[in-house]
Amino acid sequence: MTIKQISVFLENKPGKLAGMMKALADADVNIVTLSLANAPEFGIVRVITDDHVKGVEALAKAGFAARETEVVAVTVPDRPGGMAELTAKLDRAGVNIEYSYAYSLGHADKAVLLFKFDDNAKAEAALASA
Amino acid sequence: MNPVSTPDFMPREELRKLQLAKLQELIPYEYEHVALFRRRCDEKGVKPRDLATLADLAKFPFMKKTDLRDEYPLGLTAAPMSEINRFHCSSGTTGKPICIPQTAEDVAIWTDGVARCMAMYGITKDDVVQVSYGYGLFTGGLGAHYGAEKLGCAVLPTGAGNTEKQIMLMKDLGVTVICCTPSYFLHLATVAEKMGVDFRKDTKLRHGVFGAEPWTDEIRERIESISGIEAHDIYGLTEIAGPGVAGNCPHCHGLHVWEDHFYPEIVDPETLEVLPDGEEGELVFTTLDRRGTPMVRYRTRDLSRLQTGQCPCGRTMRVMDRVHARSDDMLIIHGVNVFPSQIEACLMKVPEVAPHYMIELSSTDTMDRFEIKVEVTAEAFSDDIRALEGLRRRVLDAVKTIIGLSPKITLVAPGSLPRSEGKIKRVIDNRKK
Repeated sequence: MTIKQISVFLENKPGKLAGMMKALADADVNIVTLSLANAPEFGIVRVITDDHVKGVEALAKAGFAARETEVVAVTVPDRPGGMAELTAKLDRAGVNIEYSYAYSLGHADKAVLLFKFDDNAKAEAALASA
Repeated sequence: MNPVSTPDFMPREELRKLQLAKLQELIPYEYEHVALFRRRCDEKGVKPRDLATLADLAKFPFMKKTDLRDEYPLGLTAAPMSEINRFHCSSGTTGKPICIPQTAEDVAIWTDGVARCMAMYGITKDDVVQVSYGYGLFTGGLGAHYGAEKLGCAVLPTGAGNTEKQIMLMKDLGVTVICCTPSYFLHLATVAEKMGVDFRKDTKLRHGVFGAEPWTDEIRERIESISGIEAHDIYGLTEIAGPGVAGNCPHCHGLHVWEDHFYPEIVDPETLEVLPDGEEGELVFTTLDRRGTPMVRYRTRDLSRLQTGQCPCGRTMRVMDRVHARSDDMLIIHGVNVFPSQIEACLMKVPEVAPHYMIELSSTDTMDRFEIKVEVTAEAFSDDIRALEGLRRRVLDAVKTIIGLSPKITLVAPGSLPRSEGKIKRVIDNRKK
């Protein structure tokens, strides 16, 4: 299943993330999960919220470079070999993972991870196959 | 044609006679009233009567900005205070300001220069002109104001700042001409976009009169493409008049100098020899009409060239190249001479880069650190770190190809670099001197 995330370009400086969080809080947007990625000089913050349309709007208004992007939510069995099966399928389909972060962990016997693939549609098809 | 433009077409021979006649009045006046000038002429052994031809001007001493500082406040003022009508001052980045007292006639000459520039751009009394240059000691605001008023335009003196209100007034009053620094216009454009105002659809804006800071053709193209207006260059400096010493002509790649008021020379900045038309050097002006604070052979530090040949518009006034560099703006980095304008031109070749950047220099004990911060446009921002790294690489290559140095390139978020309402500062040099 694909879900919408908000990606924001931030400078790697104290206070920048705080400003972004305040803009979301002021717009009453709740953050479900968050990931920080950084290159040497800048960072990209990725968030899943309860309202990505309102979130992007609030961030743009506050002067942030924010855009909506899509990631794939994948349920992985929480047992040895769970991840190995998933990556084997992706390997067979020739799909590359650009990045991944956790959506929710510790739900009884499964975990949900978010993936950005170089080809989201192809990856979804590969994972759906047996 | 507006009658103010009549002198623009004066036959060359007549112009040269007029210039000589004016110089033959100015030089004895300056010699009589300004001690510094008299002392320097005496040291050189040159007398006012030695000025028999225009070429003889080269025998006379130069004036420099440091003279204005050293003689602050009134040492170079030639007219008595009873004749002075106005003061303008330039802050100067270090130490003492410079002060330029002017007579009523001096202000009228300055006004004439601005009005002639605006008329040349195609501005008429039907235009509504918003003046967003600062008013006050700085000559930008009042200069543009007088020029537009002389043409009979409707003038909206907003001054600098309060950007959202400026955009609202621009829309509501049908403003057709804006006068400000190019960097402030870029800021206006960003704010307008945030407010959902499209210059093309929501305003009647068609001309921009931009000056007071050096800017490149590349920035001018950016301005024209984002706003759909014609971006005109107005050149001037407080020491000589204010804006309106020269203005760009729609027919050529350069600026007509109002030579009937401001006598231009190009000199070699090292030897100070006068160079023939067509050669690049330092621009030097003599104020032919000014009596409050006349300037004889004032070295502007601006690098330019007086073009040869006749402009297709029919104006006889000589054309100078756009000033893209001021000699004291030159940076020496790792032993290489670099002008900020060269860097700007490189950056603007990368479409994803917004026209906002900052050059930062600092030094450790052993070496110089050279960093360029550039804003990426909101559209160019990508979720993909590799794409952003690729962009950073392309910016670096663009700079490296032209200047031969590899600065550290830092991509920063849109809107994060400081904006200016007046002259923008794009170089921070914290190196140990």
